[in-house]
Amino acid sequence: MSLSSSTTDHTGKKLGMWLFLYTEIILFGGLFVLYAVYLTIHPQDFIDGGKELNRIFGFANTVILLISSFAVAAAITAVQKEQKKTALVALIVSLLCGLIFLINKYFEWGHKIHNDIFPNSETLINGPKGLNVFFGLYYVITGLHGVHIIIGMTVILVALIYTAKGKITPTRFTLLENAGLYWHLVDLIWIFIFPLFYLII
Amino acid sequence: MASHIISYKTLALTLGALLVLTCVTVGASYVDMGRLNVWIALGIASLKGALVVVIFMHMKYESRILVVSFISTLCFLAIMIGFTFWDIAFR
Repeated sequence: MSLSSSTTDHTGKKLGMWLFLYTEIILFGGLFVLYAVYLTIHPQDFIDGGKELNRIFGFANTVILLISSFAVAAAITAVQKEQKKTALVALIVSLLCGLIFLINKYFEWGHKIHNDIFPNSETLINGPKGLNVFFGLYYVITGLHGVHIIIGMTVILVALIYTAKGKITPTRFTLLENAGLYWHLVDLIWIFIFPLFYLII
Repeated sequence: MASHIISYKTLALTLGALLVLTCVTVGASYVDMGRLNVWIALGIASLKGALVVVIFMHMKYESRILVVSFISTLCFLAIMIGFTFWDIAFR
């Protein structure tokens, strides 16, 4: 195994990951374009919709994702400095952050659904058109983002196991780097979701 | 593989800046400035995004091919957004 490491194309692996991330940027970019267009058509309904969302939850989830992003970046630094234990702790912290994010999301969505705000609910169908569009976009974008959180946690878990087994080393850590890149992208998308949905006035 | 190591200190300072900017964007949302609010929110979000990409995602230390391809993606995104509004605004 150690011999094959000399033939591994780190740059290529990383470029491949970035090319994939570009498609993700365009995917979410397309959804943000939809948001922007409907915002110009129904500005007041979007403001009313934003008031329904809990800022505290949104703010807490933003802080949680920022900390987890920092933890993954710190894990890479730790691996490079041959501090395996620190790297493992940092990766566990980022996984826990992801879990807390999802739990918050569960309560948030649960509260909305309890208040009869979900796609095809009586309140939204019979209410203003713009409000229906706002919550349609809210569920699609945060839902898709939530799926990305689950995928990101899975990839970080794999990186965690590989680090623990010693398969990720100071000279071979592209898997961890790519897992980190994915996780940062998920954070990056949330950075735009938060003000657009929660802070609109 | 000669790779740049980002110090814990740099990472912690970046996290600090991101947390401060998050508080700023929440604070700004309480001040009613009409249409300007959206642009301020997007501006702060872009600044935060730039910090994540440049420091956390190592873009500062990457080869030219990654930097150029990333900027190209942003240009493509701008074209997509720009042309859509070009259409919407003149209907």
